Amino acid sequence: MGEIIQEEKSKGGKKRPKHHSTHIDMTPMVDLMCLLITFFMLTTAFSKSKVMEIVLPEKIKKNDKVEPPKIAESRTINIILGPENKVFWYPGRVKDSKNPPALQETDYSDEGIRKILLDRNKLLSKKVAAFKEQTTKENPAITRDSLLANIKRFKKADDSGPIVLIKAYKEARYANIVDIIDEMEICSIVRYALVDINYVEDEMVKTAMARSTSNPKQ
Amino acid sequence: MPKIKLPTKSPRIDMTPMVDLFSVVLTFLMLTTTMRQPEPAPVDTPFSVSDKTAPEANIMTVLISKDSRVFFNFDNGKDTAFHFKGKILTEVGKRYNLTFTPEEVKQFEAYPSSFGMPIQNIKAFINTKDAKERERLQEKGMPIDSTDNQLASWIFAARTVNPAIQACIKGDSDAPYPIVKRVLDILQDKNVNRFNLITNLEATKVTLSAE
Repeated sequence: MGEIIQEEKSKGGKKRPKHHSTHIDMTPMVDLMCLLITFFMLTTAFSKSKVMEIVLPEKIKKNDKVEPPKIAESRTINIILGPENKVFWYPGRVKDSKNPPALQETDYSDEGIRKILLDRNKLLSKKVAAFKEQTTKENPAITRDSLLANIKRFKKADDSGPIVLIKAYKEARYANIVDIIDEMEICSIVRYALVDINYVEDEMVKTAMARSTSNPKQ
Repeated sequence: MPKIKLPTKSPRIDMTPMVDLFSVVLTFLMLTTTMRQPEPAPVDTPFSVSDKTAPEANIMTVLISKDSRVFFNFDNGKDTAFHFKGKILTEVGKRYNLTFTPEEVKQFEAYPSSFGMPIQNIKAFINTKDAKERERLQEKGMPIDSTDNQLASWIFAARTVNPAIQACIKGDSDAPYPIVKRVLDILQDKNVNRFNLITNLEATKVTLSAE
């Protein structure tokens, strides 16, 4: 867009200073800025990615003479991540491999696995709430950080919460694992571990899958 | 017929406020930007409620794509002056009897995103500039089977050069579990027991213990 500068025509031979307009044509500048803004908008990663931290128990190497830790059967829940976003669970352990306990099917929703976990964790969360109340009563000036640290220590020392063993069937997806670990975080389960699935459980999943496909209403 | 004469208006608009606004937006974007690194394979990270942000430096990332390919990436540490990337490359090269020219090391340090190819291809990968060729070299991903476990070598080298390095896993939601398990096993074999799983933030209503 060209600038039209209107000049007064002088009639006489007298020269007058030229009257320049104060306008600058900003169109190219705007064009350039548009381009740059578009570029930055497209290349910017606005939100930094979030991370979920997990700490796995150290692997016991074959030549180490360390016994795997013993855990109470009554506190154990096994969660098996099945194919097609299904979750199966059973309490305790398989006592008789010929006649394994039936798997109970649930899902990743609030009403599914979360309800079960919260239910199992009720005793511990009650204890934690009582402990929190007691600590704040004894020491009203306690900072939030040290209170949280105390609660953490209390939870570690406790032995009434559930122990969740997470096992994944071979057709599970990565998202399932993240979901279930997330669920542990939400339900504040203290003890959980990722464990390899064993042969018996593999078979159990297969029967459960066959059952759920034969009568999908259930 | 007489023509109707429209009053001629000047076609120019005053663009100054527009320019002002653009400047502000542009400045903001320029100051807040962190460039998004293109990944060799599209990865849809799963969602979680965790709101911990990823560490900025001293990380190594294992990328697991939907089609079970594995890629690896690590950074230069807090400052590029540490040249961790180059050191890790030479360290791994030693293991596989490969030597790199300073130019190649420099090229590798400048490459920002993940890579995943058999180590035998890495020279060709560094030296080519062609994105298509790079894609072709990476079509198999990094070998992780027990006979030729190159991911383990990379992790080992990364941990030797930079002991403060933290492991991150960036997996696609649909990545099959056996591959993820394999990667976790490799990391654990190299005594890495603490991982960061990279996720997207999800807003979930957390109902704390009923009653």
